[in-house]
Amino acid sequence: MSNRLENANPVIFQRSGERLLTASEEDEDVHDPIDEREIFDILQSINDPEHPLSLEELNVVEQVRVKVDDPGNTVGIEFTPTIPHCSMATLIGLSIKVKLLRSLPDRFKIDVHITPGSHASEDAVNKQLADKERVAAALENSSLLEVVNQCLSTRNI
Amino acid sequence: MATDCPLLLGLVEEFVSGLVDSKAKDAAAAVKDGQFTVLQLVEALGPSLTSSQPHTRARGVQLLSEVLSECSGSLTEKEVEVLIAFYENRIKDHYVVTSPVLQGLKALTKCTVLPPGSAVSILRSLFQDVHVQSLMLVERACVYNMLLNLMATRETELKSLGSDFVFGFVQSMDGERDPRNLLLAFQIASNIIHQGYDLGKFAEELFEVTSCYFPIDFSPPPNDPHGITKEELILALRAILTGTSKFAEFLLPLIIEKVDSDVQSAKLDSLQTLAACVSQYDHKDLAEFLEGLWTSIRREVFHTSSEKIEAAGLSALTALTSCVSRSVLSSDSEDCLSTFLNLVIKDCKHHLSEPDLRLVWPSAKLLQAACSASIRASHIITAAVMPSLIEQYNSRTQCSHRRTLLEVGQKFVQSVKSVNTPEKEENALSPYRSSLCSIVFSALSETNDSLEITATQLLTSLAQQQGLLEESDIELAVDHLTKLLLTEEDERVCVAAVDCAGALAALHPGQFISKMIPRLRIEAFAVPMDEDSLEVSRRPSHQMVRQRCLSALASVSSQPIIVQQSTPVLLELISAAHTGSVPFTVEDVVLACRSLQRIAEQVQDTEDTGRCFHDIIIPRLLSLALQAALQGEDAPRPSPLVEESVLSAMVPVISTSCSRLQPKLAEETAFKAVSLFLNGNVSFLPDNSFPSNIQLLKGDCWRQSQMVCLLMACVCSSPRTVEVPHLDELLSALEELSCSSSHTLSYTSAAKCFAGLINKRSPGAALDSLIQRTVKRVFSELESPNSTVHFQVFTLMIWVAKALLIRYHPQSTALTDKLFSLLDDADLGWVAADGFSLLMSDSSDILNKACHADLRIMYRQRFFSENSKKLVQGFHAATERKPNYLKALSNIVNKLPKQVQVTELPALLSLLLEALSCPDLSVQLSTLSCLEPVLVDPPPALIQQLEALVSRLLALTSSPAMVVRIGSLRCIHALSHFPAHEILPFRARVLRALAKPLDDKKRLVRSEAVRARGEWFLLGSPGGR
Repeated sequence: MSNRLENANPVIFQRSGERLLTASEEDEDVHDPIDEREIFDILQSINDPEHPLSLEELNVVEQVRVKVDDPGNTVGIEFTPTIPHCSMATLIGLSIKVKLLRSLPDRFKIDVHITPGSHASEDAVNKQLADKERVAAALENSSLLEVVNQCLSTRNI
Repeated sequence: MATDCPLLLGLVEEFVSGLVDSKAKDAAAAVKDGQFTVLQLVEALGPSLTSSQPHTRARGVQLLSEVLSECSGSLTEKEVEVLIAFYENRIKDHYVVTSPVLQGLKALTKCTVLPPGSAVSILRSLFQDVHVQSLMLVERACVYNMLLNLMATRETELKSLGSDFVFGFVQSMDGERDPRNLLLAFQIASNIIHQGYDLGKFAEELFEVTSCYFPIDFSPPPNDPHGITKEELILALRAILTGTSKFAEFLLPLIIEKVDSDVQSAKLDSLQTLAACVSQYDHKDLAEFLEGLWTSIRREVFHTSSEKIEAAGLSALTALTSCVSRSVLSSDSEDCLSTFLNLVIKDCKHHLSEPDLRLVWPSAKLLQAACSASIRASHIITAAVMPSLIEQYNSRTQCSHRRTLLEVGQKFVQSVKSVNTPEKEENALSPYRSSLCSIVFSALSETNDSLEITATQLLTSLAQQQGLLEESDIELAVDHLTKLLLTEEDERVCVAAVDCAGALAALHPGQFISKMIPRLRIEAFAVPMDEDSLEVSRRPSHQMVRQRCLSALASVSSQPIIVQQSTPVLLELISAAHTGSVPFTVEDVVLACRSLQRIAEQVQDTEDTGRCFHDIIIPRLLSLALQAALQGEDAPRPSPLVEESVLSAMVPVISTSCSRLQPKLAEETAFKAVSLFLNGNVSFLPDNSFPSNIQLLKGDCWRQSQMVCLLMACVCSSPRTVEVPHLDELLSALEELSCSSSHTLSYTSAAKCFAGLINKRSPGAALDSLIQRTVKRVFSELESPNSTVHFQVFTLMIWVAKALLIRYHPQSTALTDKLFSLLDDADLGWVAADGFSLLMSDSSDILNKACHADLRIMYRQRFFSENSKKLVQGFHAATERKPNYLKALSNIVNKLPKQVQVTELPALLSLLLEALSCPDLSVQLSTLSCLEPVLVDPPPALIQQLEALVSRLLALTSSPAMVVRIGSLRCIHALSHFPAHEILPFRARVLRALAKPLDDKKRLVRSEAVRARGEWFLLGSPGGR
C-alpha cells in the first residue's frame, strides 16, 4: 500500500436513519422475510480501508444495489468504488463478502460484484470475488485477514 | 536559672547531640503547658547555638524553630522582636543552618504580634542573603509560605517596600520547577497583581518569570499523592496573566505565537486566556494586535477539527469584540470597533455568497460571535450581512442551499443583542423585518419539509427579539402556523409548528386567543364528511387533524390568559363526547385529558390559573364522570366517560393541578371531593341535576365505585401541608371498598387511595393503631381458606406495604415478611412475586415525588440489603415453588442501581444462573435484563462461572419468546468484551450456536445475532481483538 491516499477528499453522503420498527416486526407470530434493507443494514457499518468513514457514507454500498431472494436463497450485491482506479476495490469486495458470510444463514449463495462500469478492472475483481478457493485462500493470509477484520470492527465514536 | 530545670536540659541534650527528633514535640508540649518559657529554652540552648560546629548550631536552631512553629501564638511582642533579630542574623550563617532558620522565620511570620517594621526587615535580609532557587524543595516552599503569611497580615508594610518587593519575589521564583511550589508562587504573584502592589519598572520581569510556564504542559505522575492537576496550574497561571492590563503588550504577542502551536491543548489554553484577558483591557491595549489576533482566531475556526477549539476561538472573538466596543470615541481617533469589524466582515462575508456554500458555516459562526458581543456590533454586522443573505435566499433555487441560508439567518437573529432597557433603541434587525418575515412566510408555504422546519425555528427566533415583530406579522404567522397544523402531511413539520406556536403564544398571546384557538376549536369539533370522498387519501386524516388541534391547544397554553380560553374548548369536547352530540371516540377524550394535563404542568402557578383548575375544570370533570356513572345499563349509548382509559387519563389532570397549583385551593378541592364521596354532597358540581342519595363508596355499582380513582387524585397528590378532612371516616370507607368490591379498577384505586393517605399521615399512635387494625384484617382474610376476596385483600396489602416501606415506617416489615411467606402460597405465590416489582418501582399516579409523597431515597437498597438473605433461604427451602422466589429476586434486583447490583451480585450469582434456566419467560427476561448491564464490567465472581453462564445463555437463544432470544443474544454480545483469555475457549462453540439465530424468523432477533456473531468472530483473530 502506498502512503498517499488515492482519493484524499471523497464526497461524503448522508447516513440513512435507523430502520423504522413496524408493528409486525414485534409480533411473535409473523415471519419477517430477509429483505434488501436488512442486508444493507448489515453492510452499512463496514469501515472503508482508507478513510474513517463507513461504506454507506462513501456511497460504496446502496440499498438499491442489493438484491435478495429469500426463498430462493440468493443474495446479490453490487458495490461502487469511489474512483475507477481504486486499488482497494478487491479488499472492499472481500470485506463485504466476509461480512455476509458471517452474518447470513449458510443456505444463501452470496454474489458480490462491482457495479457495471464503475471500475477500470471490473472483470478481474469480479472473477476474484466469485472464486471460492481464492476467497478462502485470502482469508488464510493473516495480514489480509487483519485488514478485513479492521474493516469489520465496530467503530467507537 | 537554666540549671534548675533538668528536664529542659535533658530534652535539649537528647535533641541536639542525641539526634532524637521526637524530643522537639515534647519540648513544644512542655512550653505550651507552661513548664518552662521560650526564654528558658533559648538559655538552655546557649551552648549549642554558640558551638563552633555548624551541625550542632543547626540542630540547636532546629529545636528552637520547631518549638516556635508549635506555639507561635503565645509569644509576646518583645520576644518576637528578639527572636527575629536573632534569626535575621543567623541567615548569614553556614548553609546547613539556613533550613531551620527559614523554618523559624516562617513560624514567626504567623505571629499576630509581629512588631511593626519587622516584616520589612525580614524580607530585606531574606532577599539579600538567601538565593532561593539554590535551596531544597521544602525550604523554597518555606520561603513562599512566609511571603504568603506576610502578605495576608502585613499588606501595607510590604507595599511600603515599593517595587523592591516585586523584584525580590521575581528573583526568588525565577527558575522554580516543582508544581507544588509553583502553585504557591502563582498565588503570591496573583496577590501582587490583584491587591495592587506597585509593580514599578518590574512589570515585564514579573511577566517574564511567570509567562515562561505558558501554556502549561503538565501531566501528574501516576498515583500522585499531591493531587495537583493540570487545570489547577492553568487556572492559577491564567489569573496572573490576565490580571492586569500592564501585561497586555507582552501577553498578546505571546498568545498570537502560542495559538499557532501544534499542541491542541496549547491552542485551547491560549484562546481561553485571550478570552479571559481582554475583559480587563482597554481598547488601546489591544489596538496594535487586533489584526494579528483576528488572523489567528480565523485560522483556528476555519481549519480546526476540534469543537472545543472552535468554541474557544468563537468566545475569544466575542470577548475581543465586546472589549473594542467599550472604547469611547474621541473626535480625532478612528472608530476602533468599525475598523475591526470591517476586517472581520471583509474576510468572512464573501464565503457566505460562494456558490457551493462550503465555508459558509465557519464564516457565519465567526460573524455571529462578533455580532453577539454588543449592540453596536450587532448593528454593524447585520447591516453588512443581512441584505446579502436575503438577496441570496431569494435568488437561489436549490432547496438545500436555501435551507442552509435560512439556518444561517436564524443563527444571526439569535445572536443579535436585543435591548432590554425600556428606552426605545431600535433593534438591529428592524430594517430587515419585512424582508425576513416574507422569507419566513414563503418558506413556510414551500413543500420541502426541512425548509419548513427551519422556517419555524427562524420565526421563533424573530419573535424572541424584543419589539421586533409587529402585530400584523404575528397575525400572518398565526395564519401560517394554523394552516400547517391543519394541512401538513409530515409529522415532523407539524411538531415544529406546534413548538413554534407554543413559543410565540408565550410572547404574543393576543393573536392566538382571537384567531388560532377559535379555529382549532372548529376543526376539533368538525365531523368528517363522507369517508370515501376523494380528498381523504391526500390530506392528513381527520383523526390526525383532531389530535394535532388538541396538542396545539396544550402547547400554546403557557400564559394564564390563554389558558382561560383554551381549557373551555377541551372541557366542551369532553362534555360533547359524554352527551354524544359530536361522535368523539374514547381516544379523543383521552387526548383532551392529556392536553389538560400538559397545561396543568406548564402553566404559571398564579391565583387565576389555580381558580381556573380548581373551581372550573376539576368540578366539571367530576360532574361529567358522575353523570356518566349514573347512567344505567339501559342508556341508549354508553358514555365514553365510564371507560377505564378515560378515567385514568383524568387522574393526572386532577393530581397535577392539586400537586402544583395553589395549595390553598387544593385544600378546598380535597374538602369538596371528600364530601362528595362520603356524604354524596353534589352542591359544588355544575349542571346540578343529580339525585340526592349518591353513595359512591358503597361499591354496589362498578360504574360509581370506580370513580374512587378521581377521589384518589383529589386527596393524595396535594402537598403534605394540606389537611384532608374526615380522614378516619374516609380511610375506613376506603378499606371497606377495597376489601369488598369485585371490580378491579374500584378496589385497586381504593387501595391506592388508602395507601396514599397513610403515607402522608403524621406518625403517632393513631397511625400505628390504624395500621395494626388493617394488618390484622388483611392477615385474617388471607388466612381464611374460603374467603372470596383474596386478590382484593392482597392488593390492599401490597399498596399499604409500599406506602409504609418508602417512608421507612417500622410496621412495613410485618407486611413485607408476609409477602415473602406468600411466595410459597399456591394461589397467590405468583402474584406475590409480581408484587415485588410494584414495591420496588415508582408508580406513575401515586406515592411518587410529584405527589409530594413521603419518599426516602435509597429505600430500595435498604429493602434489598435487609431482605436478600430471606429470599436466598426461602429459595433453598422451597420445593415446588422455586420459580416464585427467582421471579421475586429478579424483580428486586432489576430496580436496584447498577453500583449496588455489582457489589451484591457474587452472593446472588448462583440464584441468577438458576433463574436463567427457570422455565418462566418473565423470570428469564428480567434476569437477562439485570445481567446485561453487569456484564459490561464483569465482576471476578462472574468469570468463574463462565461455563454455566455461556451454556445457559446459548440455550435461551432458541427460546420461544422473541424478547428472551433478543435479551440472551445481547448478553452474549456483551460477553465478547470479557478478557480474551477467559472467553477464547468458548469461541468455536458460540459461533456454531449463533449460526442458528441468524436464520431466525424475526428480524429483530437476526440483527442482534448478526452483531453478536460479528464480535465473536473478531475475537482472537488478527486485526480483531
